[in-house]
Amino acid sequence: MIDVQHATVTGPLELPRRRLAEFWQAYRKNRRGVWGLGALLFLIAAALLSLFLPASFTHTGAVADILQPPNWRHWLGTDELGRDVLALVATGARTSLLIGITASLISVIVGTVIGVSAGYYGGWIDEILMRITDIFLVLPWLVLMLTLAALLGPSLFNIIVVIGLTGWTGTARIVRSQTLSIKERPFVERSVALGAGDLYIIWHHILPNVFSLIFANTVLVIAVTILSETSLSFLGMGDPLRVSWGSMLYHAFDSGAAALGAHWYLLPPGICVVVAVMAFTFVGQALDEVLNPRVKRS
Amino acid sequence: MTFLLSRLPRAIFTIFIILVINFFLFRLMPGANSDRNLVNSPRFSAETKAQLRKTFGLDKPLGTQFLVYLANTARGRLGISFAQKRPVSDIIREKVGPTLLLVGTAEALAIVLGMSLGALAAWRRGTWWDIGAVGFSLTMYSVPTFWLGILMVSMFCVGLRAFPTFGMVVPGEVHASSWLYAMDVIHHMFLPVVTLTLVLLGGYLLIMKESLTGVLAEDYITTARAKGLTDSVILSRHALPNAMLPMVTLIALNLGFLMGGAIEIETVFSWPGLGRLMFESLQSRDFPVLQGIFLIITIMVVLANLLADWLYLVLDPRVKA
Repeated sequence: MIDVQHATVTGPLELPRRRLAEFWQAYRKNRRGVWGLGALLFLIAAALLSLFLPASFTHTGAVADILQPPNWRHWLGTDELGRDVLALVATGARTSLLIGITASLISVIVGTVIGVSAGYYGGWIDEILMRITDIFLVLPWLVLMLTLAALLGPSLFNIIVVIGLTGWTGTARIVRSQTLSIKERPFVERSVALGAGDLYIIWHHILPNVFSLIFANTVLVIAVTILSETSLSFLGMGDPLRVSWGSMLYHAFDSGAAALGAHWYLLPPGICVVVAVMAFTFVGQALDEVLNPRVKRS
Repeated sequence: MTFLLSRLPRAIFTIFIILVINFFLFRLMPGANSDRNLVNSPRFSAETKAQLRKTFGLDKPLGTQFLVYLANTARGRLGISFAQKRPVSDIIREKVGPTLLLVGTAEALAIVLGMSLGALAAWRRGTWWDIGAVGFSLTMYSVPTFWLGILMVSMFCVGLRAFPTFGMVVPGEVHASSWLYAMDVIHHMFLPVVTLTLVLLGGYLLIMKESLTGVLAEDYITTARAKGLTDSVILSRHALPNAMLPMVTLIALNLGFLMGGAIEIETVFSWPGLGRLMFESLQSRDFPVLQGIFLIITIMVVLANLLADWLYLVLDPRVKA
């Protein structure tokens, strides 16, 4: 259950600079959130730096010896094709963050459209949409994603679509219950009395008031999405032309890195996933606390 | 009985939707075993194409094909595997048992451990135990299941040589007694079960902790304390039964995630179950088997959800069927 007593009527974009300063004051009190933000900036920096790496570090024609343990030339050793693991991990950050963020945006947009429609219109539209949501909630998501990915064929675009279209249920439920409570408020009634149309009310009253919820929720969804991408790629459904943390682990497992004791190849991508997921989770929770202080969840 | 009458239609409706998705997904998507791929090869003559379409029933309208699919599925006919050239239902039947054994054991362990550790964390709120338990849960939430499995393999199977790396029994071994067979299976399933339990544990722990913390703040707990009841009586009689309800909801919601975990764990440990079969079928694009697995797993999850709903009813008399 979600209950907001005083939602901001004007929306969070009002008086940006002062609000931003206030926001930061509140945010930095959350220690986990600050750590998460730091880790996130670090990963983003790594992803950006990887753009300037010479291609010879990561392409399949790499010339170094294969499966070298860490040494002064290759700080994290090399993989089964002689590529530099550190360079691969940085390049993987790019793919994982890109898929994580874009797929989450799709999820959140789909979830918001469904949640707002169900909550605002109610009646049979609500009934049908929520029944569909319930079915999606029950479906084993990894099985569904793997099946869809196998049918569509593995490519970056398809992975984003598949993850995006399976992960919207949580957002839809949150947005629906928030919409239900907002549409009963006096300022919406006033708008109706003044003759505003449905779309006007949704755009000017409902969406600005669910925005802060959606914003924090999106960051939390990104964490889940990164895990999904990793699982999909590990099970061989990733884009074969792109390095991601999941695809690195797929190749590591496939080439028997576990049996060879090549922990320099197995540990870094996994640790990156853990750090990224934790970072997004902490930032999401901190944002939720700061932006939705009066929201009480039972 | 009233419970079944109210919930069964919904479950049947869900299963019907799943059948619809299962049929049209595999028929209409690019790359599926559709009309296009099967028949439109330039190597076939026009007559062969017509013959093939007829053999596979592709000449009939889509609606009729769907009805035929429904009828066949109802009779347990799920088609023929591309890779193994055997009926999909036979292949799947062999794999259900091992998966249920693995997943059931891990889920049961995770629920029991998660509840007790979570209860302990709520009871000793603010202590190092509480902080450690929550930190552990958050870490486990972020760890990819398969990666934890690989780490287990490289530590305990390769490093310490304490456990076998693959399968359910030693290949080719003739077991002298069923006791020895059981021991062999336990030896093989130990690590996969531990891995899956660790991954599932965190969620249960957190929910139990949060739920019990809420219950412990209720007035009736203060009353129980005022009556001079001992801690263990308060916990076991008054607090725990009420704190269990959110657990049941989470267990039901977790079932889909559980099957996802099974796919990853079975792949890493080469456990001969549905998950491993799914991985192999994905690699060889064995669509009839994938279609069968999708159906079986979703139906298993829907039925387990029905069971959880019923359990909720038994535990909480306030909920009406």
